[in-house]
Amino acid sequence: MIHDLFLAPFELGFMRRALAGCIALSLAGPPLGVFLVLRRMALMSDVLQHGILPGIAAGAVLGGLSLWVMGAGGLAAGLAVALLAGWLARASGGREDSQFAGVYLVALALGVALISAQRGVDLTHLLFGSVLAVDDATLLGMAGAASVALPALAVIWRPLILESLDPGFMAAAGLRGGAWHLAFLALVVLCVVSGFVALGTLMSVGLMMLPAVAARHFAATLAGQVRAAVALALAASVLGLLLSYHADVPAGPAIVLSAGGLWVMGLLAGPRESLLRRHAIGWRAIG
Amino acid sequence: MSAPARPIQFDGLTLRHGRQPAVLGLTGCLAAGSLTAIIGPNGAGKTTLLRAIAGLHKPAEGRIDRGGLLPRDIALLPQASALDRRFPITCLDVVALGHAARLGAFRAIGRPEIAAATAALAAVGMADAAARPIGSLSAGQFQRVLFARMMVQDAAVLLLDEPFSAVDTRTTEELIRLLQRLHAEGRTVAAVLHDLDLVRQAFPQTLLLACEPIAWGATASVLTEANRQRARLAAEAWDERRAAA
Repeated sequence: MIHDLFLAPFELGFMRRALAGCIALSLAGPPLGVFLVLRRMALMSDVLQHGILPGIAAGAVLGGLSLWVMGAGGLAAGLAVALLAGWLARASGGREDSQFAGVYLVALALGVALISAQRGVDLTHLLFGSVLAVDDATLLGMAGAASVALPALAVIWRPLILESLDPGFMAAAGLRGGAWHLAFLALVVLCVVSGFVALGTLMSVGLMMLPAVAARHFAATLAGQVRAAVALALAASVLGLLLSYHADVPAGPAIVLSAGGLWVMGLLAGPRESLLRRHAIGWRAIG
Repeated sequence: MSAPARPIQFDGLTLRHGRQPAVLGLTGCLAAGSLTAIIGPNGAGKTTLLRAIAGLHKPAEGRIDRGGLLPRDIALLPQASALDRRFPITCLDVVALGHAARLGAFRAIGRPEIAAATAALAAVGMADAAARPIGSLSAGQFQRVLFARMMVQDAAVLLLDEPFSAVDTRTTEELIRLLQRLHAEGRTVAAVLHDLDLVRQAFPQTLLLACEPIAWGATASVLTEANRQRARLAAEAWDERRAAA
């Protein structure tokens, strides 16, 4: 019974490849997600997940179904959209949400239009991912992206903290904040794009953001939140792939739903800042 | 100190926000090792002046001669609201990050730097709070932590923007003593302040600014009723001109 539920699925090659890929994504994405949350840039991830689609579609049109061309298109589109969103945020003086919504609606429509014009590309797979599609090249892409993103994050760790915590101090000390911000955005785009084959463009951001949002219910320090986010993402990957296998749900939504389940658990009953904690403190104050 | 203090000279300095003047035609000198209060009505350009000295606001006209001081030799303590208090970081880490001003983005913050940060926290009376997250501090405690970070920067010039505005009396007194100690070590200190009693009591030099400089010199000679009246009138005139523009 336990064997059938939890182990048998991973005896299949494609499930093992999907798991390996999701482990790579879980190691690289959530630490970046923690910084996105701390920098109040969670909205930005919405823009990105829609913004990479036209790039991937353009790649599909130009390069057939070559993974690398689609990936390169996604990277280019993601960077362009990230820069555009950053400029909009500055130009609108903090009222960027309506402009962000505009950007991602247009990007999504453009992507869908491009893909529909191209025969032989399944839109559902691009949007929501497919574990079956994770071949060796895809796996290499995911592992490669994680291998770049994790060490790069370690290198820009201090300037990134400084820039998130106190950009004014950074500027006054003569350290340039903008460059680190751009490097960080590039890493985020890299991770989102690397996940699109397995999870889909719409869901790839979910594995990055949901564990990061949930992490504050499990740890008080930045390093603790990064560790918690990675652990939650790993758990969501395993749960989601099993759900995908047994219930025949696309992998992307299944993994994101699992991550969402863990987030709700943290929100309700996590060790920090959860509803249960708040009530417990409330009762103690009354008693 | 990383570099000895040098005089900072202003020569016909004009600073603008867009087309609106913030500081108009300031000429004078912050002497090396001086202790100066910058006072004036709201909107008189005090904050903009500090930012310009720190190199964060470009002069529209005139110039600032910093005598070869680098950005890392000038520490600016802005009003506390600029920093994200909900960031999950401990007091000791915030103070230790003050070293980044000298060490840059990558050079290691090692044991001597951590020791310096611990000592600075002790000097501001926050030794027990080293491991506490900054989100749990009161306004006064948080200002003490920012003072500790400024001490760690070990800069020749210290610029403070309303450092005591949200702080209790005891904290103000202790931080003033600390500031006087840093000044006694030969650093140049300039602080934007509102409390004139505090200015008379602790600051030998005063610059009275109302967009244009009204008076600059020994505190007693600047804080006359006539000067303050002139500052009020000048500020009202500027407000009207801005409203008309």
